[in-house]
Amino acid sequence: MSEVIDRLVEREYAFGFHSDIETELAPKGLTEDVVRFISAKKGEPDWLLAWRLGALAHFRTLTEPTWANVDHPPIDYDDIHYWAAPKPKGPAPKSLDEVDPEIRATFDKLGISLAEQERLSGVAVDAIIDSVSVVTTFKEKLAEAGVIFCSFSEAVQEHPDLVRRHLGSVVPPRDNYFAALNSAVFSDGSFCYVPKGVRCPMELSTYFRINAEQTGQFERTLIVAEEGATVSYLEGCTAPKRDENQLHAAVVELVALDDASIKYSTVQNWYPGDEHGVGGIYNFVTKRGRAGARAKISWTQVETGSAITWKYPSVILQGDESVGEFYSVAVTTGHQQADTGTKMIHIGRNTTSTIVSKGISAGKAQQSYRGQVKMLRSAVGARNRSQCDSLLIGPECGAHTFPYIEVKNDTAQVEHEASTSKIADDQLFYCRQRGLSEEEATSMIVNGFCREVFDELPMEYAVEAQALMRLSLEGAVG
Amino acid sequence: MLHIHDLHAKVPDGKTILSGLSLDIGAGEVHAIMGPNGAGKSTLSNVLAGRDGYEVTGTVTLDGVDLLDLDPETRAARGLFLAFQYPVEIPGVGNSYFLRTALNAQRETRGEEPVSAGEFITLLREHLAALDMDPSFLGRAVNEGFSGGEKKRNEILQMSVLRPRLAVLDETDSGLDIDALRIVASGIERLRGPDRSMLVITHYPRLLELVRPDRVHVLAGGRIVASGDHTLAHELEADGYAGLTADLAPAGASTGTA
Repeated sequence: MSEVIDRLVEREYAFGFHSDIETELAPKGLTEDVVRFISAKKGEPDWLLAWRLGALAHFRTLTEPTWANVDHPPIDYDDIHYWAAPKPKGPAPKSLDEVDPEIRATFDKLGISLAEQERLSGVAVDAIIDSVSVVTTFKEKLAEAGVIFCSFSEAVQEHPDLVRRHLGSVVPPRDNYFAALNSAVFSDGSFCYVPKGVRCPMELSTYFRINAEQTGQFERTLIVAEEGATVSYLEGCTAPKRDENQLHAAVVELVALDDASIKYSTVQNWYPGDEHGVGGIYNFVTKRGRAGARAKISWTQVETGSAITWKYPSVILQGDESVGEFYSVAVTTGHQQADTGTKMIHIGRNTTSTIVSKGISAGKAQQSYRGQVKMLRSAVGARNRSQCDSLLIGPECGAHTFPYIEVKNDTAQVEHEASTSKIADDQLFYCRQRGLSEEEATSMIVNGFCREVFDELPMEYAVEAQALMRLSLEGAVG
Repeated sequence: MLHIHDLHAKVPDGKTILSGLSLDIGAGEVHAIMGPNGAGKSTLSNVLAGRDGYEVTGTVTLDGVDLLDLDPETRAARGLFLAFQYPVEIPGVGNSYFLRTALNAQRETRGEEPVSAGEFITLLREHLAALDMDPSFLGRAVNEGFSGGEKKRNEILQMSVLRPRLAVLDETDSGLDIDALRIVASGIERLRGPDRSMLVITHYPRLLELVRPDRVHVLAGGRIVASGDHTLAHELEADGYAGLTADLAPAGASTGTA
């Protein structure tokens, strides 16, 4: 077993290459001038610049939070480029054929063939490198259904009223330290709007890639589903191997109006750092959705990357009978640290939420589940069920659970279950006696442990997620 | 087929559990091993299957190949199957998926083509019927929430599908009521054949009435102290092990937990 753990800790990150794309950078540092520079680059309207500057002013009054169960040296916010973009080699591409071949090659290498995506898979993709969106596929087809799917920058230009109405409506700039930072300097991201009663005809997906050095990535995603609309969305993320830590502070806002449904899936595989804990992405993300009456918001995440993860996808269950779900698999190996979980805020009557969190730790990794379930006075008949299971591989890792439960209504019901287990020697021996190698056996046991969450992923990504798990636990998992 | 010579096994704290065990099982033969608690019966099955945690010396060959140098999965692919006394639960992993993956892993090691999902299901259904198992069983997670009897039948199902050269059944009859015992016994009988040998480890003669062994051995103090035909089992039932074990040096040899 210990040999397997050693190999596990030494696993290689498969997406660690750097693409030689000419990049335009903002000067390092966090200043009003940098915020104005970003806003001007994107040709933003005055209200948005003012919004950013307000966020920056607020950020200046805050200090970095320290409550998360993670440990890292202080971040120098003035030693980061807040804008990095592949230098355009001409006018903006109108179609895939016009996209810089080097950028296309980058995505091909990541297994995201943009051209193939467009032709075959029926999944619309928004591809983002560093601070900008390079291409969005399937736009016309989506437009026929009335669905808007584009980069955030484009949305600001083309659909300013929609953006203005919803931006910051779920995660206001003053929400927290990293949300304030993001609001000041966010660069690009995806925007999606599904009109009333429309079921989005295909899966939507955004692929984030950090490429440039010493830059932060601050994307902003906004998804609006009008009354009775339905959409399923997936994001994926990777970054090159570098021995510096890079900051990723994103904000995702979901607005599900009455009877709408949003399913948001994440496969996060940012560079986790090397076997000595050097380098890797700091992934400090705020994700939240607001659900109207009978609306449903479901977060599913498979988190295998990042040196440090700090993220709590949440649902505000505002409307009566609204539903919130959180299904999570988080894998930490080597020196990775994760403090992740969810918040379910029950406001409406008969609202229900489900939390299923599966944490897997190996090597020297430390992982914490932090979840909050809040039943407000108005939440008559609300129900929550939480289940948090941790699986430890090897003797040096740790798992921690911090559930916070606050109930102000007597009729509300909250159930919380937690377990911690190890891959038992007798499970491994049983599998090996039947002919499976130790790696196959570990893979099978881990995948079985995560089954409830993988079942929630869209079909095509469930396979991808399992493959990613194998890769992440390379050595222990064939 | 199976040749065991002068097998010794110690656990890390130094306690000797097997001390000079020798045994030969020919092709197509069924041998039973009986013995008192702590005689080393489960240790023998673990050592044959390659479980970690024992210091082992001696010789064990299957079809002329030395097993002791091989890891458990290679022994399995060579045709060794152990029906566990306490089958292990693997939450979230479907029975049918588990078994097909195991079968194909063994086939790959042997250089054989994998069995397709379709062929596999056909194969499984036959065996399920024979073991009086409900097909819904296949979608359930491996042994999770199974009753004692279901777990034991599942072991026999796996054995039926994997078709081993040598099956070691470790107290497969323990904890079974008489109906379950009959089903398990008929499952074992169905697999009896000229190419397959079996080593049936049991406390009780009742299984041996349903699966009549060619030879019965008594394991005590870490080695075989008596051998005979199936009538030996009945003698043991009448007289107990006392007469056979009285002359053994007790020096820690019969106090193992195995």
